[in-house]
Amino acid sequence: MAERKTKKETAPKKETTAAVKKQAPKKAAIGEQPEAKKEARVGVFICHCGTNIAGSMDINAVQEYSKSIPNVAYVDNYKYMCSMPGQAVIDKAIKDNKLTGVVVAACSPRLHEPTFRTATKEGGLNPFKFEMANIREQNSWVHMHDPEGATDKAKDAIRIAVAKASLLEDLFPKSVPVERAAMVVGAGVAGMQAALDLANAGIKTYLVEKTPTIGGRMSQLDKTFPTLDCSQCILTPKMVDVGRSENIELMTYCDVESVEGYIGNFDVTIRKKARGVLTPKEAEARGIVGGGCNGCGDCEAVCPVVQPNTFEEGMKPRKAIYIQHPQVVPLIYTIDKESCIKCDLCVKICGDEKRAIDLNQEDEFVKVKVGTAILATGYDIFPIENKTEWGYKRYENVITSLEFERLICASGPTGGHMVRPSDGVAPKKVAFLLCAGSRDNTGIGKPYCSRFCCMYSLKHAHQLIEKMPGCQPYIFYMDIRSFGKMYEEFYYRIQDEGAKFIRGRVSNILEDPATKNLMVYADDTLLDRPMKLEVDLVVLAAAVQPAADTNRTRKLFGVSCSMDGWLLEAHPKLNPCGTTTAGVFLAGACQGPKDIPDTVASAEGAASAASIPIHTGHVELEPYFAQCIEEKCAGCGMCVNLCPYTALALVEKDGRKVMQVTEAKCKGCGTCGGFCPGGAIWMNHFATPQIVAQIDAFLLGGEQ
Amino acid sequence: MAGHEAPPKREEGAFKPKILGILCNWCSYAGADLAGGGRIQYPPDVRVVRVMCTGRVDPLFIMKAFTDGADGVLISGCHFGDCHYLEGNYKAAKRLFLVKNLLKNIGLEDKRLRMTFVSASEGAKWGKVITDVVKTVEELGPSPLAELTK
Repeated sequence: MAERKTKKETAPKKETTAAVKKQAPKKAAIGEQPEAKKEARVGVFICHCGTNIAGSMDINAVQEYSKSIPNVAYVDNYKYMCSMPGQAVIDKAIKDNKLTGVVVAACSPRLHEPTFRTATKEGGLNPFKFEMANIREQNSWVHMHDPEGATDKAKDAIRIAVAKASLLEDLFPKSVPVERAAMVVGAGVAGMQAALDLANAGIKTYLVEKTPTIGGRMSQLDKTFPTLDCSQCILTPKMVDVGRSENIELMTYCDVESVEGYIGNFDVTIRKKARGVLTPKEAEARGIVGGGCNGCGDCEAVCPVVQPNTFEEGMKPRKAIYIQHPQVVPLIYTIDKESCIKCDLCVKICGDEKRAIDLNQEDEFVKVKVGTAILATGYDIFPIENKTEWGYKRYENVITSLEFERLICASGPTGGHMVRPSDGVAPKKVAFLLCAGSRDNTGIGKPYCSRFCCMYSLKHAHQLIEKMPGCQPYIFYMDIRSFGKMYEEFYYRIQDEGAKFIRGRVSNILEDPATKNLMVYADDTLLDRPMKLEVDLVVLAAAVQPAADTNRTRKLFGVSCSMDGWLLEAHPKLNPCGTTTAGVFLAGACQGPKDIPDTVASAEGAASAASIPIHTGHVELEPYFAQCIEEKCAGCGMCVNLCPYTALALVEKDGRKVMQVTEAKCKGCGTCGGFCPGGAIWMNHFATPQIVAQIDAFLLGGEQ
Repeated sequence: MAGHEAPPKREEGAFKPKILGILCNWCSYAGADLAGGGRIQYPPDVRVVRVMCTGRVDPLFIMKAFTDGADGVLISGCHFGDCHYLEGNYKAAKRLFLVKNLLKNIGLEDKRLRMTFVSASEGAKWGKVITDVVKTVEELGPSPLAELTK
């Protein structure tokens, strides 16, 4: 059955298979000299890149040498090969010298391969008849003080590239249609903004959020710097828009379970975690007309189980059936399965009409197809108790900034009355510790700057001064990084308002067991003397780190991360929203610490980038897929199990078994080609004879 | 040490090892590019062939390099669990154990072949890897097979 299906799928590709059959004798095994090499006429173009390359090696020597390489028909150099005149040089040389292949010795193919492929195409050749010799990133820049070594390496790199270019074949990218839908993972302010933009551009968008409500970190904040807008006031309209948008399918309390496919055609499986409570839609599907949760909260009132509310950083209780806060979207209750005792009180109070509660509901799996995806998984607070010298979780009156946000927020656990945890008394002296766990090279904290702690700590100082006359904030800092628009002005304002700034890191905090006051020890580096200060409350501006499940999510989508675990962009400057997986984009703080303006800007960028393939309607896939050389295939089937994408299958042909490739599924890794004991797999653009020619060119030379 | 200073100069006439590096496009090649951007300085003895994934590395490529006279071969890919193609690096690593055994059996030091895992964000590590690979091969001296090919 499976075989028949494969046959059917690959039937229209008869032409390709036939072509391989015809070419097969030309494709030499390891050690054989392929025919193509004899006829190849390769042009070599050496780029100076200003002094980037020319400054570290002898370009003339490289040029002279290149003329002696077999199959080289033309050699030229130019100051900037990627410039318009530089590309014109290639264009003209191809036509004048009847070149069959092009080698550009310049920067990394990861940067300019597309540029020079276009130039090759304009010269009348197939764009895949181009090979790049990397003599900048992997040569001139890393051997700046060794011109001789760099020159030798450049010569070898060009020889290796020419060997490959002599054997390259015409390839044709596959155009595939793009599904007119997108997915956004994470519904904080970044995810919401991205989803709204996509939806407004007319694209069906699945917004997947792991918690029961959208809103993310921003909904936990009280005020935002430097404008002092109320965070909820500017966020809730967006939350409501997301909830209302016709193009957004909101999937809260959901996890991405698996991702298959490629740009334009991702098949994503979503796990809908059992809420235990039915939405009106779900109720209707079960035939309960007019039923489902309406957010009345009767169930919460009767629930006997009390748990800490994570939204309030554990400073307020919630029930086993709960909503995080009054402004949740969607307004649907959720049952915390871990703590629910199944007493049925909620079921009874909910009544026969709504019948919204189903204590035995189970996780469901939903499959959706999307063309592109945006990751907006955000950040978590670094577990600052690891820095034991500051006593977080040991001393009651040492809190994190996020706890401070909740305490001073009018909708928070204290209704906005700023009190300290030990005795509920308003503090008179408050110390703010900046860079708590950030810019920390001890190995315990994080080496990077968390970017928004300086600013929110200034805002906290302002809020104390404004709300509680007589309360004195002390800010212990290393540097105040107020780099954004109107940020420096805000810093001056807080200085004028009377906050005290002490430049120095806090070495130790001790608690007075009787008063629960805290003695802060630091080194005032401006006065160059040690100091101690007794305060009522200490607020740690803790570092941020990637959200807990970032690693799991990124692996599902095939996205890399930097050393700190933040998701890695395709290029930090020129492609900051893209990733190395085509069709997957990044928004917000999952990429690195970002304040709200930067987060929203990056979300809009990601939404724009993600909408391009969808609006274009099709994408071109690089034609690096595997092909079977049927004469050599022994039908052993080892490759079939090696393929991580189930792109290979054994089929009956002329009375024997041979392997067949489903091109649309093949991503071109070459794992099958690296294994095949008979050398029967031809990897487009990375074929065995091509790679062997490169190895031979390096080690055996072959100068004329 | 790989860093921002130039690596120490070799003495005149000293052994210059010929080392082949086969790098995966997504992690190690990108990491090597990042080392360039960061101007991390390392010895220039490794010549690079780019493949999409280390899974593409046929053991015969390695044997071909050694029979051609390479003094060392470096295969570098993504960290385990980070492969752009899910698991190509596992498969490559598995094969390399076999090749190492083979090298030992024919009397060639298996240290001449190394597999490393350098991600796209590890430019500084790339410098260290190259420095260390070059040092290892320098200490081993020219490959006995290289003498034969001459």
